[in-house]
Amino acid sequence: MSWSVIQASLPAFGAAFWLTLELAALGIAGALGIGAGVSLVQYFRVPGLHQVASVYVDVARNTPLLVQLFFIYYGLPGLGLKLSAPVSGVLGLIFLGGSYMAEAFTGGYNAIPKSQLESGAALGLSPRQLARFIVLPQGLTAAVPGLAANVIFLVKETSIFTVIAIPELTNTALDLIGLYYRSNESLLMLVVAYAIILVPLSWGLTQLERKVRHVTIGA
Amino acid sequence: MTEPLLIVNHLAKAYGQTPVLEDINFTVNKGEVVALLGRSGSGKSTLIRTLNGLEPFQGGTLTFAGQAIDPTPATWLALRRRIGMVFQSYDLFPNLTVLANLMLAPVQVAHQPKAQAETAARTLLTRFGLAEFADRYPSALSGGQKQRIAIARALLMKPALMLFDEVTASLDPEMVHGVLALMTDLARADMTMIVVTHEMGFARKVADRILFLDDGRITADMPAEAFFTAPPTESARNFLASMTDR
Repeated sequence: MSWSVIQASLPAFGAAFWLTLELAALGIAGALGIGAGVSLVQYFRVPGLHQVASVYVDVARNTPLLVQLFFIYYGLPGLGLKLSAPVSGVLGLIFLGGSYMAEAFTGGYNAIPKSQLESGAALGLSPRQLARFIVLPQGLTAAVPGLAANVIFLVKETSIFTVIAIPELTNTALDLIGLYYRSNESLLMLVVAYAIILVPLSWGLTQLERKVRHVTIGA
Repeated sequence: MTEPLLIVNHLAKAYGQTPVLEDINFTVNKGEVVALLGRSGSGKSTLIRTLNGLEPFQGGTLTFAGQAIDPTPATWLALRRRIGMVFQSYDLFPNLTVLANLMLAPVQVAHQPKAQAETAARTLLTRFGLAEFADRYPSALSGGQKQRIAIARALLMKPALMLFDEVTASLDPEMVHGVLALMTDLARADMTMIVVTHEMGFARKVADRILFLDDGRITADMPAEAFFTAPPTESARNFLASMTDR
């Protein structure tokens, strides 16, 4: 283990660290937005749109991010749309993540016991009011564990960005291995860098799950 | 002078080819308490759920407060303001405090001002001895407390008719008494009630009339005391014997 190699690599890893965080944050935010929208379209069976949403979810979930990135970065220019690598990466993450998030939201809505909806209906609440006061608040709570797992998953998926040469953590580690021929040092730094992101994130998300759990138990 | 509130005429319901309710006829007068008895699977819950539109039915008519019910979603939406229902599983909304559970329908459905709805809710909680729970979440309450709050929640809509579907069936025995006492008070205050129950003591003491359901048909419709002293059919006799054996 050579400390000088680690020291020399620190600036590159630092930049990669922040870039990874930034791209992951953008991708996750976008995925949450798309997922929430798609899940609502599916829940309310919006005419014309919910079939489109189902096809999207199937396609996005059943193709690898690697292939999606190739299509966005190398394929779209053929259709006249040329995007930078980071933009392509974030879009790929949103495309993939949106479908996973949609499924997590939908799972949350479906977790609400039918009797909750019946007791709301028996009070005279309209379907729209049931959605607003019962399905959404309870469904979102029930969806938190699934959403949290997807957040972690999407952060890790940024490592695929290396195939379109975005200098995020994995790409940087591979680059440095090529530069110094010191794989131990680079891989150690890579593991540490992911751990610095994921361990606190995972801890925070667990706290969030605990905090909202009381809402779903014991009606 | 008796005034009919609900008239059920030749009501029929089937799940696919299987009939679950056949030629159901009865009338509930204002202020009357009717207990709906029968074995598990006899169709009691299905019947009571057709009375506020939670279960669709295929044949017959319902008349409520002199108006024939056209069983469309819009009709039921409007009628449910006047027909309250309490379920076996309480089904308070776990995402809302007790007070918010009680105020939701009065504010959102009946469009009462919030202050008025809150005053009414707190007054009723106090009357039910539950004032201290106003700001708690349902998960912090016992089954008996939840069920009494569920009853309060339905009452705050000032329904003309209350439906109770086995409301004590999932309560611990020591919780049953409080809920039944509350329902007894309601009955004495002339609330019109249809009660599906396995509590024979309650049915005998509080109900004016018994409807006995056997395989989806009403085989007895008579005053409570008469039903318990002289059950009119073999099946009713066996049912009562099995209930008192427990």
